[in-house]
Amino acid sequence: MLLEVENVVKHFPITTGLLVKQTIGQVSAVDGVSFDLSPGETLGLVGETGCGKSTLARCVAGLHPITSGRVRFDGDDITNLPRARMRAYRRDIQVIFQDPYGSLNPRRRVGSIIADPLVVHRVSRGTELRRTVQELMERVGLNPEHYNRFPAEFSGGQRQRIGVARALALRPRLIICDEPVSALDVSIQAQILNLLKDLQDEFGLTYLFIAHDLSVVRHISDRIAVMYLGKIVELAGADELHEHPRHPYTNALLSATAVADPDEAERRRRIILTGDVPSPIDPPSGCRFHPRCPKARERCSSEEPPPALRDHLVACHFPVEAGEDLTTSGSGGRPA
Amino acid sequence: MTLTEIRPDAVTDRTIAGRSPWQLAWARIRTDKVALVSGLTVVLLCLLALAAPLIAAWNGHDPDEQFRDTGITAQGLPIAPNGTFWFGTDRLGRDLFIRVLYGARVSLLVGVVATGLAALVGVLVGLLAGYYGGVIDTVLSRLMDVVLSFPYLIFAIAVVSIAGPSLTATIGVIAFYSWAAIARVVRGQTLSLKEREYVEAARSIGCGDLRIMFVDILPNLLAPVIVLTTLLVPAAIVFESTLSFLGLGIVPPTPSWGNLLSEAQGFYRVAYWYLGFPAATLLLTTLAFNLVGDGIRDAIDPRMERLFSRRGRRNRRDRRDRRRRRKGA
Repeated sequence: MLLEVENVVKHFPITTGLLVKQTIGQVSAVDGVSFDLSPGETLGLVGETGCGKSTLARCVAGLHPITSGRVRFDGDDITNLPRARMRAYRRDIQVIFQDPYGSLNPRRRVGSIIADPLVVHRVSRGTELRRTVQELMERVGLNPEHYNRFPAEFSGGQRQRIGVARALALRPRLIICDEPVSALDVSIQAQILNLLKDLQDEFGLTYLFIAHDLSVVRHISDRIAVMYLGKIVELAGADELHEHPRHPYTNALLSATAVADPDEAERRRRIILTGDVPSPIDPPSGCRFHPRCPKARERCSSEEPPPALRDHLVACHFPVEAGEDLTTSGSGGRPA
Repeated sequence: MTLTEIRPDAVTDRTIAGRSPWQLAWARIRTDKVALVSGLTVVLLCLLALAAPLIAAWNGHDPDEQFRDTGITAQGLPIAPNGTFWFGTDRLGRDLFIRVLYGARVSLLVGVVATGLAALVGVLVGLLAGYYGGVIDTVLSRLMDVVLSFPYLIFAIAVVSIAGPSLTATIGVIAFYSWAAIARVVRGQTLSLKEREYVEAARSIGCGDLRIMFVDILPNLLAPVIVLTTLLVPAAIVFESTLSFLGLGIVPPTPSWGNLLSEAQGFYRVAYWYLGFPAATLLLTTLAFNLVGDGIRDAIDPRMERLFSRRGRRNRRDRRDRRRRRKGA
């Protein structure tokens, strides 16, 4: 296994007080997540805004300290390593960020942005550095002559290519893609996704691919994990998950994705979830999805379902069976 | 010519050159007449100050030379401006023009060096406080509060009574007072900049704290620092004049605008030029520096609107018109 994530918990304390800080509560952004990634694989991670997917990504990348749990990279425990020791692993783990406008320093030239990882890790310098950077630019589909331009002179898609080039510079083994296409136009999304796929084939990359759009994730992932309020509720092969979703939440998400075929769209019925995503400061008891679940029963509010683990696993007491129609089973909401 | 006619060369024969944020700022400041004129004034003042010994050698008037025959009346009063003494003379019959020029050397030197020191310290302290936060931030921020709440004249008097009035003491006192203002601005900017995604990207690459602070954060807060520094230079010049006026700064016979004004106090009824020329030069200098600072601010941050600028007035008028149209519709 290249990456093993074991029961990772990330709580952000809510503090008050001007001089003496007091913790008055905590946001459980990630609450006991486990998964693993084998080399060359792509794991998609989907979920609504605020479900903790980006926090999870930052925890895995070592940007946030983890409250509890364990992260192993290539067998080595890299949980909360001190910065100096984490540096060695940064060469192997790179991140592509969501916002192509925010993730590039507006005052620096593109060439120097892409060269950053090479300079910091003392990989190359001088003319060799420049050549490497220009090769990288060419590889991700940028004109190497634009070496001296500023990020503001590029379009969103081109900027994301700059981000890809920067992540690729050190030839990492794992790239964590934090919603790399959600800020882009649909036509540009496909270009970037194809670029990522090509690079994966060429360099044998492993991706942890985060998105909130299931169709984007299906296109690129081998397996998909669905997150809800800081927990993985379902984890299965990409096609398996799309054809036989078992968690009611996955069903609801899938029913909301757009389909190109109008006949198919006609046949499909949306599962409309009631209510909002509960606050991660005070998550519901038992199964976190129960207040909004069309299938919820007494047990769901008291007993937490076992977490989703390898193969097709689903964290649900009453998984959806094949052919079951959720739009008619109950009015959506917990039994009074 | 028909409407559908396409001229491809219209697009291709104009090369679209990329411009850096600084180039854009320069392009904007070039259209700002007030800033340009003030900038020229500042440059001219600096050149005159630098050339003061040359000018003194050319007209043969040393700044400390007393012209007892030609530079002073029979009653011992200063003489009015004329062909020999362009700004007139002072109470000892010295050439006021040369003394004002030499005073400019001191005033500009103190202003620029003190502000430069303050900017250096302010940027460092502000960066550290904003970037690290926590205890470091609390300690440094309280330090800034303490400095900003010091009564400056009492502090200056205390310093001078211990160290004696001198150029270094003056620069030290002014720098000590100016850094906190810069540090506060830098700290605030750093607090917001360190949350940017590109800083997170730098951390994910494995950049160290120093590299992040100086390569990723510093260039992005240089703009407000430059503006603030240009606006602090005239304040430092006035500060120096105040100290020298009170006898706490530059000691005569070395001329500075402050002690020239101080000497001229008793003569304003009989010799307007004695007080008038140093005061006017001081005013012109501070005004020019302030206007240059304003111009740079407008050029660097075009979103900011000044109350009395043409662009601000135009934008406010446009907004008002839009509001009226909406109401009318």
